Amino acid sequence: MQDIRKALYVGSRSDGRLIQRPMSPHLQVYRYRLSMVLSIMNRITGVIATAGATLGVFWLGAAAKGPKAFATARKVTGNPLGQLVLLGWLASVIYHTVGGIRHLIWDSGYRYDKKEVNKDGPVAVGVTAGVSTVLAAGLLAVSICRKRSRAKAGKVS
Amino acid sequence: MNASAPHIEVMRSQLGRARGLGAGHSGVAHWWAERVTAASLLPLSTWFVVQMFRLGGADHTEVVKWGGKPVNATMLIALIITTFYHAQLGLQVIVDDYVHGKAHLPTRLLVKIGTSLLGLLGVIAVIKLFVRGSTAK
Repeated sequence: MQDIRKALYVGSRSDGRLIQRPMSPHLQVYRYRLSMVLSIMNRITGVIATAGATLGVFWLGAAAKGPKAFATARKVTGNPLGQLVLLGWLASVIYHTVGGIRHLIWDSGYRYDKKEVNKDGPVAVGVTAGVSTVLAAGLLAVSICRKRSRAKAGKVS
Repeated sequence: MNASAPHIEVMRSQLGRARGLGAGHSGVAHWWAERVTAASLLPLSTWFVVQMFRLGGADHTEVVKWGGKPVNATMLIALIITTFYHAQLGLQVIVDDYVHGKAHLPTRLLVKIGTSLLGLLGVIAVIKLFVRGSTAK
């Protein structure tokens, strides 16, 4: 027995035999609620945001190392698959930020009633989708514009 | 003390009572640090997104020039330290919740060491970029 908590699940039947007592209902028996999905998403997006920040550190490292390493980094950030990863990072950071703001509001004692939580959930999803789309489209547009103006100036990549 | 006066017997040492902490052995430092770093990250990450709009599609020369500015380097280091500190606090909670038994301590140490080293790597990269950018013509 590795975990002391498991000891608490050992009970005895009326005939004296030791049995493992049942655990309380877990995830699979509850009806799907948006609030529970959003809660776990806050954790998952936090982990993804950390992974993205790690990529960001490597991007900075490549820029610090020199033009050659940075060219490799740009190959990653420039191709569609890399940009999909960046989009995932962006959306995760946005959702984690929205979720974090909600947590700060709850911590201050507001919007924590059942009705309010259920009302704010879809808003959080909408804000995340909207802000992510606008930022991603904006960033893509900026990089395309810069690429074009550089091509006009006659510089290579 | 009057023995007949109503009182509650508490099985707790005087030292434990003076410290005022329970079985968690610590107070609300972790909780507060998580909130303070979260609130700090709001302006810092907003700044970073704005910078990405300035740098979208930029080549190496432009990025180095950007990184050579003291304000940018300062903000980047603040962002990196706050980010990885916040990540450490958050990942620690996840590990505490889902990793039990013998695996708990090594996993927790791994999170602590990993996030610390990544943060340091980021700081070093910013410093190197800053030196490169501030000395380049």
